[in-house]
Amino acid sequence: MKMKLSRTLIQSAVAAAALTLAGTALADVTVISFGGANQKAQDKAFYGPFAASKGGSVTPGEYNGEQAKIKAMVEAGNVTWDVVEVESPELLRGCEEGLYEKLDYSKIGAKSEFLPKTVSDCGVGIFVWSTALAYNADKLKTAPTSWADFWDVKKFPGKRGLRKGAKYTLEFALLADGVKPADVYKVLGTKEGVERAFKKLDQIKGDIQWWEAGAQPPQLLASGDVVMSSVYNGRIAAAQKEGKNLKIVWNGSIYDVDSWAIPKGSPKRDEAYRFIKFASQPENQRVFSAEIPYGPTNAKAVSGMDPKIAAELPTAPENLKGAFATDTEFWVEHGEDLEQRFNAWAAR
Amino acid sequence: MTAASNTADALAPPAASVPSLKKRLRRAEMRKKLLYGALILPLAVFLLVAFVWPIASLLTRSIDNPEVHDNLPHTLRELKAWDGEGMPPAAVFTAFAAELESAKGSPAIAEIAKRLNREETGYRSLIMKTARKLPLPADTDVPSALTEIDARWGEAETWRAIRRSGGATTPFYLLAAIDRSIDTHGNIVTAPPEEAVYVNVLMRTFWMSLIVTGLCLVLGFPVAYLMAKLATKQSNMLMFFVLLPFWTSVLVRVAAWIILLQNEGLINKVLMAIGLTDGPLQLLFNRVGVYVAMVHILLPFMVLPLYSVMKGISPVYVRAAVSLGCPPFKSFWKVYFPQTLPGIGAGALLVFIMCMGYYITPALLGSPQEQMVSYFIAFYTNQTINWGMAAALSAVLLGATLVLYMVYARYLGPTRVKLVKPR
Amino acid sequence: MTNQTASAAPHVSFRNVQKSYDGETLIVRDLNLDIRRGEFLTLLGPSGSGKTTCLMMLAGFETPTSGEIRLEGEIINNQPPHKRNIGMVFQNYALFPHMSVLDNLRFPLKVRKLPAAEVDAKARRALDMVQLGSFGSRYPQQLSGGQQQRIALARALVFEPQLVLMDEPLGALDKNLREQMQLEIKHIQQTLGVTVVFVTHDQSEALTMSDRIAVFDKGIIQQIDSAERLYEEPANAFVANFIGENNALVGRVERIEGEHCDVRLDCGTLIRARTGSVAAGDRTLVSVRPERVVLDDSAKGCANFLDAVVKEFIYLGDQVRIRVDLCGNHDFTIKTPISHLDHSLRSGDQIRIGMDAAHMRALEPLPAA
Repeated sequence: MKMKLSRTLIQSAVAAAALTLAGTALADVTVISFGGANQKAQDKAFYGPFAASKGGSVTPGEYNGEQAKIKAMVEAGNVTWDVVEVESPELLRGCEEGLYEKLDYSKIGAKSEFLPKTVSDCGVGIFVWSTALAYNADKLKTAPTSWADFWDVKKFPGKRGLRKGAKYTLEFALLADGVKPADVYKVLGTKEGVERAFKKLDQIKGDIQWWEAGAQPPQLLASGDVVMSSVYNGRIAAAQKEGKNLKIVWNGSIYDVDSWAIPKGSPKRDEAYRFIKFASQPENQRVFSAEIPYGPTNAKAVSGMDPKIAAELPTAPENLKGAFATDTEFWVEHGEDLEQRFNAWAAR
Repeated sequence: MTAASNTADALAPPAASVPSLKKRLRRAEMRKKLLYGALILPLAVFLLVAFVWPIASLLTRSIDNPEVHDNLPHTLRELKAWDGEGMPPAAVFTAFAAELESAKGSPAIAEIAKRLNREETGYRSLIMKTARKLPLPADTDVPSALTEIDARWGEAETWRAIRRSGGATTPFYLLAAIDRSIDTHGNIVTAPPEEAVYVNVLMRTFWMSLIVTGLCLVLGFPVAYLMAKLATKQSNMLMFFVLLPFWTSVLVRVAAWIILLQNEGLINKVLMAIGLTDGPLQLLFNRVGVYVAMVHILLPFMVLPLYSVMKGISPVYVRAAVSLGCPPFKSFWKVYFPQTLPGIGAGALLVFIMCMGYYITPALLGSPQEQMVSYFIAFYTNQTINWGMAAALSAVLLGATLVLYMVYARYLGPTRVKLVKPR
Repeated sequence: MTNQTASAAPHVSFRNVQKSYDGETLIVRDLNLDIRRGEFLTLLGPSGSGKTTCLMMLAGFETPTSGEIRLEGEIINNQPPHKRNIGMVFQNYALFPHMSVLDNLRFPLKVRKLPAAEVDAKARRALDMVQLGSFGSRYPQQLSGGQQQRIALARALVFEPQLVLMDEPLGALDKNLREQMQLEIKHIQQTLGVTVVFVTHDQSEALTMSDRIAVFDKGIIQQIDSAERLYEEPANAFVANFIGENNALVGRVERIEGEHCDVRLDCGTLIRARTGSVAAGDRTLVSVRPERVVLDDSAKGCANFLDAVVKEFIYLGDQVRIRVDLCGNHDFTIKTPISHLDHSLRSGDQIRIGMDAAHMRALEPLPAA
């Protein structure tokens, strides 16, 4: 996370230097994403082609989703980030709290061009991604097939990786306890449901290796520090490309949309719109999905895609079996309580 | 003779100018004071702007409560007339509907919703849902219309929550930071055990800081002693090694420890190769890793004050004690060691206070059971943007640190230091 | 001179003691020294002469490279310092800054595990001995230099050692206080009858206090004697120059006649002096103290009667120093009481001076040029 700061700095410096050398007069858009393999794919699919199309150059940056940075910028009236990749609960909350611009879709394209639920007042979907179970096929004899297996420390001894936070962790606990995907949020909305989830977590508390950055679980899996882990599906694909024998279990995966948003008061709003429009084009989204298996949000992008690539996406019909979407409203409502409760539980 | 009488004249102040001598003295002193003042002015201004002001504003954040107070003033005024039993008067409903309507679509409504959701989960969607249905058609009965939108508007507790959260300031965050809250009847109650976390974390912060300080002292004392005893050339060399870690950033050092301590890291490989263990020892993501890295980072802060104090203690004291018949180790303990107390005090205080604020090292090398107060401050600042809570935790940490410092000052502080000041 | 009858067996004795720190040079070359019980012995010498090293070997903080040191007849070469029961006063007092004055005095008694009441009584008595009875609860840095010095002395004596070592203890005091302390130390030593070994580089301090003085140079004792004999009968040029003021005249011994000898000075004059360690034919230095040179009429009665030219007068109030040219020595100094001075004398005047043979000493053979 923080260790990547220096790399980001170098990248920014190189980008800035390249810009100066090229002598382009085009404005420079600062685009902040979650970094890692995701950012590499974005660079290939969006940043590079955007600059090549003479739309303007991109200064890439990364963050870990901390809305505080955006809030501080917006409140201080000194917004230096022009386009930001945001997860859906943060987008909804930020939109209500006035952190993000209400988008003018005439500058982007018709909402109908996008898959349903991937566009909103303040954000345009970039891709659909999934949090799934993954394991190291070299280290496990039998393949796990569900979150119930994840909880079965007798059959699959060893440490397990989970993201340090209530979100997804509680859902997975309920799935492992036999709750149907469709009922997960209904159950979690009750006091008993929360107790149930934490009780389930208690069973494997000592076996959990918590991770915070998306880049960590593939490393933990590859090094054998954990035998299974919750992962962002795109990170596993990147590790597979490096020759690691990591496998994904789509059953019980939870998908969500990451969106582009413009922090309120960005001085380069027009350039930001131009970038978002460019990045939402079907041909560019196809390049992105080919780089990293995240599903496109532009309806037209899916149609012209290599079927082999399409099969790896969270949005592939085969992969959607047993999967469900995260409930953004639920997390905006209960997030603070549940995260607090989770912290209290984890710190004990 | 003349010289003598001149001196006498000069010594006796002229009758007319008796007060003026005092005045002149004061004026002269004043000039000196102004000069001194001017010398420290830049630093004073810097401290005021970069230290006092941010801390003061941080502390006010921890009791600041503007969301409901600023955005629903009429509703709150009407609520004052209500005794809290039964349903509030209709005027409350009317004022509330009007204010909610005007807040609709602005960040204000999100603020209200977020704040009330902290009083009672579910409030956010209630506010949002209600706002969406506004404005109400003209000449409707507002209370029943609201209750129709959501039955919760017909419950007294819903309105009590608004009244509770309506003050300009609130003890809510500070109480939450010590696992306390105010119940519906206005009593301070302890949080249920499954939600209580901060008192525990604060105790852990103290405990871990104490352990790290102790380890630094145990490891640092002999090094500082050796450095003070050795010839300049050799002690300079040692000093170089003590300061070497300062040349790399904390992050790099933490990353290096990850590489060394991980399951397939160097240390585990060596331990397994020489047959001390069969499987890898868990050195990372637990206390061991955090202690190792923190001690490594903080050791120089212990060694340097110790060294500077020990350098000032003449070896002649121990000789004197020995010459008085005291065996060497006892001499060291009775005569040398007490004189290093100011150094131990300064070093321990420095290390302890730095420990209390540690964030990166436990975050990267520890499990959730190793996280200290700073982790939660960062969590509330960055992740959930609950700055009131972050400020409250900071205030509690600051308060605890100050109490600690006062204890230090009382028992090991300036007066003691003065008594043991090396000659 | 000693107030007690010196018993036959020496209190301390050094035999063939050598000390080297680096294995190349000897800081103490060959020390043979007997210290009598109850005497006040001063080790005097310039810095680097080995006197402090001797003291430290006796205290036990340094070990001799060879030779043996005996205390009360026992060889103590390998006895650790805390078992030697020797009191010591250090240059900067070394009072423990974290203890009150009284605690400093109690320290050596507590270490010896004396009963608490006895510890207290002895500490208070020691405090009274140095007249600081009301300062017990103070801390060392709240005292003046002289007071600290007295406490350090009391602390070194409170456990009643028979031998007390003092390493330039008065060096940090100003002149008046130093002179006062010299007498005080001397009195306490005489009252208690302890043996004191005192190190200093200040010759007047040594002359004031000591029963005997050992003059150190280059790692060996040049002469050990009473103050009077050191002054009047220095064994060599180093001692003559180090103790008091001295004039030297260069010449060759022509004849030795019992206690006296005739020396032909380089300017041709023949003088008569007492014989040091010279033989006929040696080139030698003849030493004479400035106050032994006679200017007035009584000069004619002296054995030696020489011509000199007055160069300079220096008035010292009660006496006058006159610098003259004498027999090739341009720095020949004469000290005379002001009442004996002929006030018509001016610089450049030719005068005749007299020196008694008893006060002139042909010291030692000069090394061949």
